Amino acid sequence: MPVLVIAEHEAGELKSATLNTVTAAKAMGDEVHVLVAGKGCSGVADAAKAVDGVAKVLVAEDDALENQLAETFAPLIVKLASDYSHVVVPATTFGKNVLPRAAALLDVQQISDVMAVESPDTFVRPIYAGNALATVQSSDSVKLITVRTTAFPAAGSGGNAAVETVDGAGASAEGAEFVGRELSRSERPELTSARVIVSGGRGMGSGENFSILEALADKLGAAVGASRAAVDAGFVPNDYQVGQTGKVVAPELYIAVGISGAIQHLAGMKDSKVIVAINKDEEAPIFQIADYGLVGDLFKIVPELTDAIGK
Amino acid sequence: MKVLVAVKRVIDYNVKVRVKSDKTGVETANVKMSMNPFDEIAVEEAVRLKEAGKADEIVAVSMGVTQCQETLRTAFAMGADRGIHVLTDAELQPLAVAKLLKAIIDEEKPDLVILGKQAIDDDSNQTGQMLAGLLGWPQGTFASKLDVGDGSLQVTREIDGGLETEKLTMPAIITTDLRLNEPRYASLPNIMKAKRKPIDQKAPEDYGVDIAPRLKTLKVTEPPKREGGVKVGSVDELVEKLRNEAGVI
Repeated sequence: MPVLVIAEHEAGELKSATLNTVTAAKAMGDEVHVLVAGKGCSGVADAAKAVDGVAKVLVAEDDALENQLAETFAPLIVKLASDYSHVVVPATTFGKNVLPRAAALLDVQQISDVMAVESPDTFVRPIYAGNALATVQSSDSVKLITVRTTAFPAAGSGGNAAVETVDGAGASAEGAEFVGRELSRSERPELTSARVIVSGGRGMGSGENFSILEALADKLGAAVGASRAAVDAGFVPNDYQVGQTGKVVAPELYIAVGISGAIQHLAGMKDSKVIVAINKDEEAPIFQIADYGLVGDLFKIVPELTDAIGK
Repeated sequence: MKVLVAVKRVIDYNVKVRVKSDKTGVETANVKMSMNPFDEIAVEEAVRLKEAGKADEIVAVSMGVTQCQETLRTAFAMGADRGIHVLTDAELQPLAVAKLLKAIIDEEKPDLVILGKQAIDDDSNQTGQMLAGLLGWPQGTFASKLDVGDGSLQVTREIDGGLETEKLTMPAIITTDLRLNEPRYASLPNIMKAKRKPIDQKAPEDYGVDIAPRLKTLKVTEPPKREGGVKVGSVDELVEKLRNEAGVI
């Protein structure tokens, strides 16, 4: 049986997390289908059919699916699941919200945050903030899985899948009503797919001071992230948070500025290829995992670094 | 309005967990245990609803070994009124917990159920959504703001791109994110009072729910260790290393 990937999309664009999820799905079965559900998403379907390794794209359109509520998505997933060996979503806030609801309706124990596929029924997933890895085997007839996207490369393009319309109508929102979304608008790359990330912690002292990180980030074409402490202090919005319960990232280069390195933060970034730490406290735990550490005053070092990179 | 909160006993978030040498799990002997931090936020939110005159009773539910009663007492000291403890030594996976909670909710009939968005031990992030599905109730996951009105509530949710607001008809399920509130420390008088609050002890069999695990843990291993690198002395040295040694800029 084929594997079904639920596409994540926003404002008519396929989100890149879907591409990593397709790669994970290929390791679970021979044939990968992608479900694009929403309203007015023909552009997303076009993008999905061009993804390498996708055999078929299912499109379900309905007013009730427009805002991607778990209440209306779950019944659609349930309806399709019997034709599939696995149903897979990225472990983003979208996937985490939707899939467990469908799993319960199917009487399936979902497997969260899969980072390796050992066999079609056996998977590796992090527990305890990634301080341990559990290898688990599922006995459910259909496997419902969220994928840690940083653990799988993005699928390429060059595919030409068939597109099929499926009936998306009829799901009740069960008392849930979408009111609105306030999305952070940024010219910078998305945190979860950025090649370079510059992240700030409590040591930044204020939200205004993040401007020096933004200047560095713009020089590097980087995304800007933050530790929980910086978000809790109100320096930056919640969508900046990297960590166990925020975003998990694995860029080529992660520059941690004024971040001490709590295990909850390390859980979200320790798979980065190269880690740089800038901190005035030479005992800060972040230095234990950093490839390059620089002890000193971040307010002096960061602007210097921005200048030096431009040269 | 009656509010039900679910609280899980987990290894304290400050403990550095160790994988057992036989690879069957992590070391829990002589390790400090606490209430899951997201569940503390759930209890705090319920208590604030009661203080605001919007809720009149808070029922806390915990499942697992005998010591889960301590977790319930913590919830009582914060302001929960009574507890239900489903006593079992068996491993409970999120689907089983959701089914047990559903059975309890069928009896208790709360208007609002608040759970942590995830437990910091298995990091599953499933139970609230599963419970909402089983009950056919609306779900407001990853909540950072909750405004409870008459028969409905407005919830602000932390999503990857920013914030999302939904209106939910009650009864409803809420799962908490970090910014919803800052849980209080229990005062000594309240800790003393908590000892006298009632706990109703139950067993999974009382609810006729099949709790058998669907996932078999084959092994638990340590992640590959990341070795620390070097300290550099200057910005110029850092740039040189990033450019020529690491090749990332």
